[in-house]
Amino acid sequence: MPALVEARNLKKYFETPRGLLHAVDDVSFSIEQGKTMGIVGESGCGKSTLGRVIIHLLDSTGGSIYFGGENVTTVNSRRLRRLREDMKIIFQDPYSSLNPRMTVEQTIMEPLIISGRFTRKEGQEEAERLMAMVGIDQRLRLSYPHELDGGRRQRVGIARALALNPKFIVCDEPVSALDVSIQAQVLNLLQDLQDQYGLTYMFVTHDLSVVRHISDDICVMYLGQLVETSPSKELFRRPLHPYTQALISAVPTIDTRHKKERIILEGEIVSPINPKPHCRFAKRCKYESEKCHRPQQLEEVLPNHFVACCRVREINGL
Amino acid sequence: MDHQSGAFLAVRDLVVEYTAEGQVVHAVNGVSFDLERGKTFGLVGETGAGKTSIAKAIMRILPDPPAKIKSGEICLDGEDLLKISERAMRRVRGRKVSMIFQDPMTALNPIMKVGDQIAEVIKLHNNITWREANRRAVNMLEMVGIPGERFGEYPHQFSGGMKQRVVIAMALACSPELLLADEPTTALDVTIQAQVLEMINKLKRDFNTSMIMISHNLGVVADVCDDLGVIYAGEIVELGSKEAIFDRPAHPYSVGLFGAVPTLDEEKKRLNPIAGLPPDPSNLPTGCHFGPRCPLATEQCKSGTIALREVEPAHFCRCIQVASREG
Repeated sequence: MPALVEARNLKKYFETPRGLLHAVDDVSFSIEQGKTMGIVGESGCGKSTLGRVIIHLLDSTGGSIYFGGENVTTVNSRRLRRLREDMKIIFQDPYSSLNPRMTVEQTIMEPLIISGRFTRKEGQEEAERLMAMVGIDQRLRLSYPHELDGGRRQRVGIARALALNPKFIVCDEPVSALDVSIQAQVLNLLQDLQDQYGLTYMFVTHDLSVVRHISDDICVMYLGQLVETSPSKELFRRPLHPYTQALISAVPTIDTRHKKERIILEGEIVSPINPKPHCRFAKRCKYESEKCHRPQQLEEVLPNHFVACCRVREINGL
Repeated sequence: MDHQSGAFLAVRDLVVEYTAEGQVVHAVNGVSFDLERGKTFGLVGETGAGKTSIAKAIMRILPDPPAKIKSGEICLDGEDLLKISERAMRRVRGRKVSMIFQDPMTALNPIMKVGDQIAEVIKLHNNITWREANRRAVNMLEMVGIPGERFGEYPHQFSGGMKQRVVIAMALACSPELLLADEPTTALDVTIQAQVLEMINKLKRDFNTSMIMISHNLGVVADVCDDLGVIYAGEIVELGSKEAIFDRPAHPYSVGLFGAVPTLDEEKKRLNPIAGLPPDPSNLPTGCHFGPRCPLATEQCKSGTIALREVEPAHFCRCIQVASREG
């Protein structure tokens, strides 16, 4: 399968009064058509910024993004507008990402009308179809967001993202604000839609259990950089980067019989503003050595399993 | 359950209601549980199940109006906290019982140095000089892993994890006998959460503190609790040791809840969500509150109140469909 989305040396820096904040720093990966790429990391690691940059909601500072073979960073604004129909985003907070003064129907119809390819009447019919697809009852057509619970609001966000039949959807923490019983409903819906329409997802989350459940491949980010990427199963079976190992071990489990060994990280996270060229995790890493004080390259340590750590082989006995 | 138990904390038939715009919201509907000294009791449930209202009722910090503790007993060391004066209660808060709130960003005073915020609690409850209070505050900071020289800094100078540790230091400043932790790690990243859980477990060991841990995160509850109560629509629907509940969940809601979460330990192709939505607490269904979402529900479930029944020794379940287990 060819890659639908590809990022090459993607960078996004923000200017702050204290210097340049490296939110996304030299990140490369590709997502195959119909697959789900999970982007996982802790708050401030740049995962949401990456999600916005990849669909060009934010301009990148450097590097390129290919969508269906076309470089999104260099196309003109007219073409970009067309491409936007194929690249959508679902936001984390269904409470703040919907316009409180628009009804469910208006919210879902807006992108259809903007595209210029639907009359109001056709737009209404299409909105009706989209509502049915995501399981929102037709009687809620004229409801406002405040009248809906979190799960239904997120369904509205999904319906809006599905308008104009996109190929690629960035899901930015789409279930983090939802209660677990509702979270499962939304995750199942996203999976069903993917199966039916061959959608490609980039699934951004801090929740490792969710990312493992939904992703085919996973990228682990730490302070703007990709530290490890591999197929999902492989990553959880054999995490190789010390940060990934700590991250996975830190998730509390409900297994009361097998108490697992937890790696407790010491030290605080270094600032992403004007970072040193060191391994950014070194300060919290128990394997820190002289060698770590230089830039780290992502390399294929095992087949399809890439890690950015100069000591990865000795640490894991490979 | 035995009414005259000698437990350190005994909550009996607690009922909390909120009145808003003429509607009565039934937040807590007859909750009872015991907590032994040095043990941790977990309350698990989803948003709006009444977890925080229970903790706030114990602290007696529910905003009245709209909230009212309609009935019940909260006996701490044999003394009913609902019967004592507000003046006496003020001595209990911070000294005997203290609370860690969910959001460290809003639990701290943004324009007061963190050290002073801790020292204030210590000074209030102990007959000591400010100098001594400050010295103890520095010790508390160091105990939670924050260098003492950061005493004079303001909350915005700390990261989320460190702010939560300041909140914990404040809650522990007067060595309370009972600690109420309301989602203490929900706002934190997993690696920071691991640090905080480790610290909480250590403090429990060192000071033999009793604790109530409130969380919607099953993993967090499994990590620190001895016993737990699963709460739904203001009622404890299942009560028992964490091993009993996680390994042999009995109530259809608990079973549903555990089936709905993806876990790191097992492969699930598809999650099994619980159908429907939690009930409107101002208009609870009659009979079993979970009935409308329950796969086992029958006509019988709609009538009368359903009592907690023992399904195996010390494992209780509020469901008429779940027969007692053998042995």
